[in-house]
Amino acid sequence: MRLEAKNVSFRYGAGGRKILNDLSIYVDEGERVGIVGPSGYGKSTLAKLLAGYLPPESGEILLDGKPLPDKGVCPVQLIYQHPEKAINPRWRMRQVLEESESLNDEMLEKLGIEKQWLTRFPRELSGGELQRFCVARSLFQGTRFLIADEMSTMLDVITQAQLWNVVLEEAESRNMGLIVVTHNAHLAERVCTRVIDLSTINSI
Amino acid sequence: MNELTIRRNKAGQNIKETRRKKMNRRTKTVILTVLIAAVIVSALLAGLLISDEAVAIDFANAKQKPSFEHPFGTDWMGRDLFARTMKGLSISITVGVVASAISAVAAVLIGIAAATGSKALDSFVNWLIDLVMGVPHLVLIILISFSCGRGLKGLLIGIAVTHWTSLARLIRAEVLQLRSEQYIAVSRKLGKSNRWILVKHILPHMIPQFVVGLILMFPHAILHEASVSFLGYGLPPEQPAIGIILSESMKYLSSGMWWLAFFPGLTLVLIVILLDHLGDNLKMLIDPYSAQE
Amino acid sequence: MVCEHKHLLDVQNLSVSFRMYDSGLEQKELKVISDLSVSIDRGEILAIAGSSGSGKSLLAHAILGILPENATARGNMRYKGEIMTPEYQEKLRGRQIALVPQSVSYLDPLMSIERQVLGAGKNAKERKPALKNIFGRLQLNESDGRLYPYQLSGGMARRVLVSTAVIGDAELIIADEPTPGMQKQQALEALKIFRELADEGKGVLLITHDVDLALEFADKIAVFYAGTTLELASSKDFRGGEASLRHPYSKALWRAMPQNGFEPLDGFQPYAENLPSGCLFAPRCEMCSERCKTEIPEMRELRDGFVRCFHAT
Repeated sequence: MRLEAKNVSFRYGAGGRKILNDLSIYVDEGERVGIVGPSGYGKSTLAKLLAGYLPPESGEILLDGKPLPDKGVCPVQLIYQHPEKAINPRWRMRQVLEESESLNDEMLEKLGIEKQWLTRFPRELSGGELQRFCVARSLFQGTRFLIADEMSTMLDVITQAQLWNVVLEEAESRNMGLIVVTHNAHLAERVCTRVIDLSTINSI
Repeated sequence: MNELTIRRNKAGQNIKETRRKKMNRRTKTVILTVLIAAVIVSALLAGLLISDEAVAIDFANAKQKPSFEHPFGTDWMGRDLFARTMKGLSISITVGVVASAISAVAAVLIGIAAATGSKALDSFVNWLIDLVMGVPHLVLIILISFSCGRGLKGLLIGIAVTHWTSLARLIRAEVLQLRSEQYIAVSRKLGKSNRWILVKHILPHMIPQFVVGLILMFPHAILHEASVSFLGYGLPPEQPAIGIILSESMKYLSSGMWWLAFFPGLTLVLIVILLDHLGDNLKMLIDPYSAQE
Repeated sequence: MVCEHKHLLDVQNLSVSFRMYDSGLEQKELKVISDLSVSIDRGEILAIAGSSGSGKSLLAHAILGILPENATARGNMRYKGEIMTPEYQEKLRGRQIALVPQSVSYLDPLMSIERQVLGAGKNAKERKPALKNIFGRLQLNESDGRLYPYQLSGGMARRVLVSTAVIGDAELIIADEPTPGMQKQQALEALKIFRELADEGKGVLLITHDVDLALEFADKIAVFYAGTTLELASSKDFRGGEASLRHPYSKALWRAMPQNGFEPLDGFQPYAENLPSGCLFAPRCEMCSERCKTEIPEMRELRDGFVRCFHAT
């Protein structure tokens, strides 16, 4: 299975600056592709396009040769940089996991999620703890590709290592594809099988 | 809420202390709620229980100043003003509750519809809000109440039609903002339908807005009811609403019967102030940014 | 008490607690920072490194005297040897002590960037050349000064925040997570500016969760955990690796870095309402003994640094 962006261009709003220009990349299952490059070259935008959060202005996003499904559960999941924005502040943490039916003891154990956290509200947990929930939520059974957009940038190194070890292990055992958007060269080197510098392929 | 005091101990260290001066907000809110509930329940009960005899005309006891027997005094026809005020309150409160409840529910529905529906619907709702807000409430209520044949029904419709606008606008803005939240986008990618997102993600955010909006709308509704009745366009004179009592008392003020307006007016103002406080405190408690202050 | 050596900023035994609602109507005190001591000298960058939720930002707010209303600070803070009362703090902040805030929302949305960076007062005009210089170094255009905050990207706004703090004559700069969202080169440039300011004799307190960043630019690193410091080490100790570090938590931090072992540590940082009665790190520590579970270790001097551990050698 392959997730690819074919000749995609994108800009915010009709008169906006072009963020992505005729860009093509692909990720195969089992691959871990790092996307690096200076800010302003559309790393986050590309992540949103690949996950189907934004439609490209031209070009297409293909999963297994077909466009991403418009409705229903998406096999491509995105993890954001700021977990506190990706969780409904009025929900208890249990609901967050129930939303993707990924509340199971095995996953909690692996990610080091304490049972007592399930009854709390998001503001009662730290960023690192919330991000564990976001990772658990994205790793439900149907996920084929996981896109991590600066997933661990705001976290301390211990939590970063904890989360990545789980993600790598899951990706390995399920033969998932990973896209790792990061500015941390050490991390990209550690985690990825292939690294793409967007500034070399996105000519804007 | 707290007084910041600086104390220095012998070693010259400065110690900052916040001293608790007043009761905390949660306690205050609970006390306010109990107080308001007590006032409302007793007014409603009074409306039911006080017999017509108690407010009957009794010229032998006319124009009495407040005393133990008649705490609010009696009017020019000898009717006990305390009993009349309580009855009047029960009418005012009923009008307030019904009108603001209708108005608040309408506001939520209209606000959500505007934010989630088509562009045309949204602009229509915005136009409507501007229209209703553009006309002074009092004038609009009088017009509607008049065209519906005065009386209770006209008054209720008039108040309900004029009070939903600011809450609807608030709800519309809130829903629009929520729709662009990341967790909503995530939810979509987890395969959730618009309906599911509306019910599970968006509506829970509306409940506090609704409750606070309702409570803050309530005193407005009561005041409007009273003013319209005072002006003679609301409830008929047979129903002793506060507005009617105040309006009638005007004639006798100059003859020194101050208590006719003073006590009924005071109770009305007290209730309005209590409700306003409750609404404000509740707003602070519900907002996560000020909940702990 | 006369201090022989006057630190630029000296914080002794600072505790910060919040009044929070318990269930029901009662309020309880929640201690978020406990028994924290740090000092900064002129010419020095001190990094406070710790994970999110460890109370680092509150330290900055306590120093500046801008804690929220339901917070209480206790302890002893001195600036240039003088005790910091709220009045003194108000006089200092923005003039002698500048803050690079964590969030972009600290910018005034209704004021142009240039006016915010130059600040108020008579000298505003005189700072214009300095503004040009700093903007240039941080890769901001001079014309960006005419923009309003909503027109900035996240990285640009961060750079504006940095220039706001460094343009004045502040002698102590407190930078609260200044670099996320900036490009690598810009982040480096921002830190280089901090370094130069320190070399000119100012003091910089760098609050960050990014150990890489801290050890590259700071002179000393205070390792922050659950509201207090566990170790104060010079940054070369971190470069030296596990053996030259003192506290087991610092060692774990080192091992978890992607370029080292990428090795996680089980468990989680304890919550303010549920702190262990002994050493704060005891539940996750391999070296934990009975004594660690009941007694809180004091900071003690060890190999030219400080450590809060009974067993560290």
